Amino acid sequence: MAQVQVELRNVTKRFHTKTLGDIVAVDNFNFEVYEGECFSILGPSGCGKTTCLRMIAGFEDLTEGEIYLSGRPVSSSRAHIYVPPEERDLGMVFQAFAVWPHMNVFENVAFPLRIRKVPKAEIEQRVKAALHHTSLTGLENAYPSDLSGGQQQRIALARAIVTNPKVMLLDEPLSNLDPHLRETMRFELKELQQKFGFTIIFVTHDQSEAMALSDRMLVADMGKIMQIDTPENLYNKPVNRFVHSFLGESTFLKVIIRDGKVYAEGDLEHPLAVTPPPNAEPEMILATRPNQIQLTGEEGYETKIQTRIFLTDRTEYVVPVGNQFLKVQTPHRITFREGDPCKVQIIDPMWYPVEDDDAEKERQRRQLI
Amino acid sequence: MPYVRFENISFAYGEKQVLKNFSLSLEKNEIMCLVGPSGCGKTTLVRCLLGLNRPAEGEIFVGDTCVFSSKRRINVPPERRGIGIVFQDYAVWPHLTVKENIAYPLRKRGLSKDEIQRRVESVLELVSMRDYINHLPNQLSGGQQQRVAIARALMTSDDLIVMDEPITNLDAKLREQMLFEIRQLQRNLGTTIFYITHDQKAALHLGDQIAIMDPHGGLVQVGSDEDFILRPKNRFVFEFIGVTNFLTLKPVNSSYSLDVGSQLIPWPEKLPDVLKNGRAIDVGVRPNDIVFDASSPIRGIVRRSVFLGSEYEYFVQLGDKELRVQLGTLEAAQSGHVKEGSEVGLRFLNPHYYEAVREEAWK
Amino acid sequence: MIKLRRKTTDLAAVEGRRISLDGIMTALAFALLLVVVVIPISMIVYHAFLYKGKFSLDLIIDQFTRDTTISAMWNTIKIAVLVTVFGTIVGVFYAWLLGRTNIPGKKLMRFLFTIPYMFPPFLGAMAWDLLLNGRAGYLNRWLMKTFGLKSAPLNINSIWGIVFVELSYYFPFVFMQVVSALERMDPTLEESARIAGARQGTVIRKITLPLVTPAISAGALLILISSLAHFGVPAILGFAQGIFTLPTRIYAVIARSGGSFEGIRQGAALSILLVLVVSIALWIQRRVLSSGGYDIIKGKSMRPTLINLRGARIPLFILALTNLVVIVLVPLIMIFLVGLVRAYGLPLVPANFTLANYKRIFAASGTIESIKNSLILSISAGVISMLLGTLVAYVVQKIKPKGTALLEIMSVLPYSIPGMVLAVGVILAWSGSLGINLYNTLWIILIAYVARYLSFSMKTSSAALLQVHPSLEEAARTCGATHTETLRDITLPLIRPAMISGFFLIFLPAMREVTTSVLLYGPYTRTLGVQIYALRDAGMMPQASALGSVAIVLIIVINSIVNALNKDRRGV
Repeated sequence: MAQVQVELRNVTKRFHTKTLGDIVAVDNFNFEVYEGECFSILGPSGCGKTTCLRMIAGFEDLTEGEIYLSGRPVSSSRAHIYVPPEERDLGMVFQAFAVWPHMNVFENVAFPLRIRKVPKAEIEQRVKAALHHTSLTGLENAYPSDLSGGQQQRIALARAIVTNPKVMLLDEPLSNLDPHLRETMRFELKELQQKFGFTIIFVTHDQSEAMALSDRMLVADMGKIMQIDTPENLYNKPVNRFVHSFLGESTFLKVIIRDGKVYAEGDLEHPLAVTPPPNAEPEMILATRPNQIQLTGEEGYETKIQTRIFLTDRTEYVVPVGNQFLKVQTPHRITFREGDPCKVQIIDPMWYPVEDDDAEKERQRRQLI
Repeated sequence: MPYVRFENISFAYGEKQVLKNFSLSLEKNEIMCLVGPSGCGKTTLVRCLLGLNRPAEGEIFVGDTCVFSSKRRINVPPERRGIGIVFQDYAVWPHLTVKENIAYPLRKRGLSKDEIQRRVESVLELVSMRDYINHLPNQLSGGQQQRVAIARALMTSDDLIVMDEPITNLDAKLREQMLFEIRQLQRNLGTTIFYITHDQKAALHLGDQIAIMDPHGGLVQVGSDEDFILRPKNRFVFEFIGVTNFLTLKPVNSSYSLDVGSQLIPWPEKLPDVLKNGRAIDVGVRPNDIVFDASSPIRGIVRRSVFLGSEYEYFVQLGDKELRVQLGTLEAAQSGHVKEGSEVGLRFLNPHYYEAVREEAWK
Repeated sequence: MIKLRRKTTDLAAVEGRRISLDGIMTALAFALLLVVVVIPISMIVYHAFLYKGKFSLDLIIDQFTRDTTISAMWNTIKIAVLVTVFGTIVGVFYAWLLGRTNIPGKKLMRFLFTIPYMFPPFLGAMAWDLLLNGRAGYLNRWLMKTFGLKSAPLNINSIWGIVFVELSYYFPFVFMQVVSALERMDPTLEESARIAGARQGTVIRKITLPLVTPAISAGALLILISSLAHFGVPAILGFAQGIFTLPTRIYAVIARSGGSFEGIRQGAALSILLVLVVSIALWIQRRVLSSGGYDIIKGKSMRPTLINLRGARIPLFILALTNLVVIVLVPLIMIFLVGLVRAYGLPLVPANFTLANYKRIFAASGTIESIKNSLILSISAGVISMLLGTLVAYVVQKIKPKGTALLEIMSVLPYSIPGMVLAVGVILAWSGSLGINLYNTLWIILIAYVARYLSFSMKTSSAALLQVHPSLEEAARTCGATHTETLRDITLPLIRPAMISGFFLIFLPAMREVTTSVLLYGPYTRTLGVQIYALRDAGMMPQASALGSVAIVLIIVINSIVNALNKDRRGV
């Protein structure tokens, strides 16, 4: 059984803002992160993920609850404990790297060791090792402003690992890099984690980044935890509409369920080829994704291809279903032309209640803070 | 009959020759997407069309009118060309309201106040910005400002509009939405749109016709999305669109073999005769055109597998090369998920063959 | 094709040469800069190095080797360096207090910082002189009485006195730069140090301070250059004791020779020396600034963590506030009080107060005239300077003709020329030697003002024009607007707010300045500053103070109007 490295219990953070009133940025967060895990906190801006990370780091104090690092309480509202960041023994990489421009690469990476009064020879050795692991050997005397974004990211990484922390915090670590570099850094991070065995908690709004890196993910919305699970489970079995649409391309169909058959709104004569869920309501939302729809089966809802676009790695079709539209993505080798008839089969859809979505307004309000 | 014609346009910035004998035609009522890497000259071409840059040579026609001709010394100033433009940074005037911004081209044409009001209201309706008619730009989001810019361009002309990277500054979800809206707008109005971008996805989504430029300002291919994906004209186009893997085939005796560093594997597919000239051949294949086939003699080892939601991405080591393989999650579910470290057989569907770029020394 | 409402020429118009708007603007820019900047400066060089048409170094050598000149030069440099060092320390201290700690009363202190910008340093010098004059200063007399001292303990008429007064007006330069850097600095730069294990004190020492060093240097150099060129404070505090700086020496040489040609030539020679000294400082500034600041400004808006002063909070607040009050408010209060007293030297008690001083100064025609002159000059200088500055900025940034570099140099040149020297140049140019004699008229002062404030207005307009992205103008062209219409409908409205605030930022200093007009005024063309100075020179302290009070009130009123106008302008 893996050890718990980071634990949050009933953590809540309230802010009082002048312009927008009281806001609960983080509402009763409870979760555990295990040793050696790569754990991400994912959500739109204003969902509380950054506040949560800053509380773990110690830059913000919580309003209620407790935070434990390796079993030791570092923040506790009840016991009035607040350990400042410099005593939490963490590694952290910030979104804009936060590499000090007035120090060269060596000095940047050596800084945490100097603070700890490590002897000079050991500093030299450990810094060189950290630079080696982040592919920065040879650049010891360069200054950050002479280096690229990717290299600056590596300096930040080297500086974070040089003290061998047990927990690494990453705040949107890859969003300031160009797409190609993002992928490279992703792999290097994973490799570093496997080599050193530290626990990673990182925060991002980019679901593809989170899915590619994480062992488990926490999806947050408006200060609340929506779901904690592996990327596959979150993608395939999202617990609500928000998580479904946040984790990838989604299509939501309003459907009418009658006599055990499912009809798309606008076409009550021809049922869709799906089984209604248990406890079905008369009206529900059927949730699916473009790659979860088959067009070449023998059974299915009959309709015609309305538009077709070739994308680089798939073909995208739009087909009318009832008075709505479905986006379907297939490999190139499956070819229909516009106007061709096809049979639509939706594989393993998710079902959600029909709801009024005032939530979007609240999400936008939170983004302003 | 082409609506917009560029003929033999040449343009240089000081020493640097950006466009040379460039020719392109746009059909009426279509969206033409001009794609190319940054700095290839797309924006320069657009500025020549608008009259903001003056080509050294060539002719430009819009409809029946010649707006520029170096031979005949014609150069219609920008204010008389009647072409709407949507810039990358929206260029919505911050000191004027939405209504004043959009009404400006109409004021310049001397339309009556009532007529202006009517047209402004109707175009705002079209871009779903009716409620913001008296707002100032700093009260609008990026997407809303972009819609104002589009509305203003439509007031200059609903015959021809140029859009230069209009959605690059918007976030991902908004970009999708704007692409859809632009497409809808064009369908409703029939406007000819010249859309410039480096974003292939936008081009594939929008373009009735797509034109690709190479980094040196040359026009490489013009065609539909299907043409580009299924029938790329040359290696540049093939590599430019999407991700590609490249392998090298070496001639061995009378046939070709795949060189993976440690061994040579006979190549099972048929090769085009024109390339069988005794020199090495580069094979390009897209990640989604590689499948796992246990019976294939070409064996690799899965080094990494990444779950991306709608597909799995595998990094497979083949000799000294690393290949990217993409498998849709549906297919992966059917064929079974492949674990990291396992050996797999690889089959290449739809390979593209090109003359080798580098002559490698081989035994 | 769109049809415009006015008649259009045939679309297939043949390209011909036309007089373009661009061409006119460029020619105008060159011509105006020639008149305003190049000619006066060339005249100084000409007269310093040529005598009766022949090149001669005699004048230069004679002037440079005099004892008075050498001591003036050393005084200038000594004072400037001291002001810079201490001004920087004070500025950084306050910047750190207000930018990084939880000290109370930040709004109040920030407000107090804006006051030195409003008032001319020479008024402060006057006030401190009234307080700490070696013989009759009020504070000195009180100290002598209270502590039974035989002689005045503090003497403001000294190098240190000059340093103190200049410092109290110049330290905000450093404060502004540093507090802005501190507030805009990316807080994650300090947060990453804390995560690395550093405590607050270490973070300040090793991270915060080094990163704001460029801002400190920028502010410090600004102080250095301003002090080197400054006239008012050394004039008021130094003359009596024979302490001269180069600017006051130039004035003395010209004024005492009764405006004779020989005197002016000597002034020209000394001007060369002063420009040399300032150029060295400017060269240092260029070197320091080009070695680059650090890119430390944050993207997202995040609040930096404030340092909790805990126990030191209130004591530091009291110290800081008291300091500010002494430096900023005490002089102003002194001026008011002495303006009310019946005769200088009498104790400042209500029994001795009278409004007679005010009555007298307003009865004298000279007062009203000087206020009128200053208003006319400031408004005209503000308008002309802004227009000229905008014209040049537009030509340099948007038109970019051949010779753009030359235009830029010409427009920035006056910045490196002290106001005193510009005045000399203007005298040499426009007192008849070139056929036009403007001496003793308001025009000569106006030309000097325009030259002096030109580089400032050009910088303001340049900054405003930079904000007008080319695509905004190009969009107008494609919408059917001609070049002229684009300027009128788009460019000008967008830079108008900046131009208006730029106008006020010229108008205010011009209202209260004395350095330039003190050499150029004639019997009927006194400015407000000159009038105050003249009254004091004649020994009429209470009246000088009364007029000084009037000036202060006038400035406060104008400032309030400006601030009120600023508040309800449409945001750009």
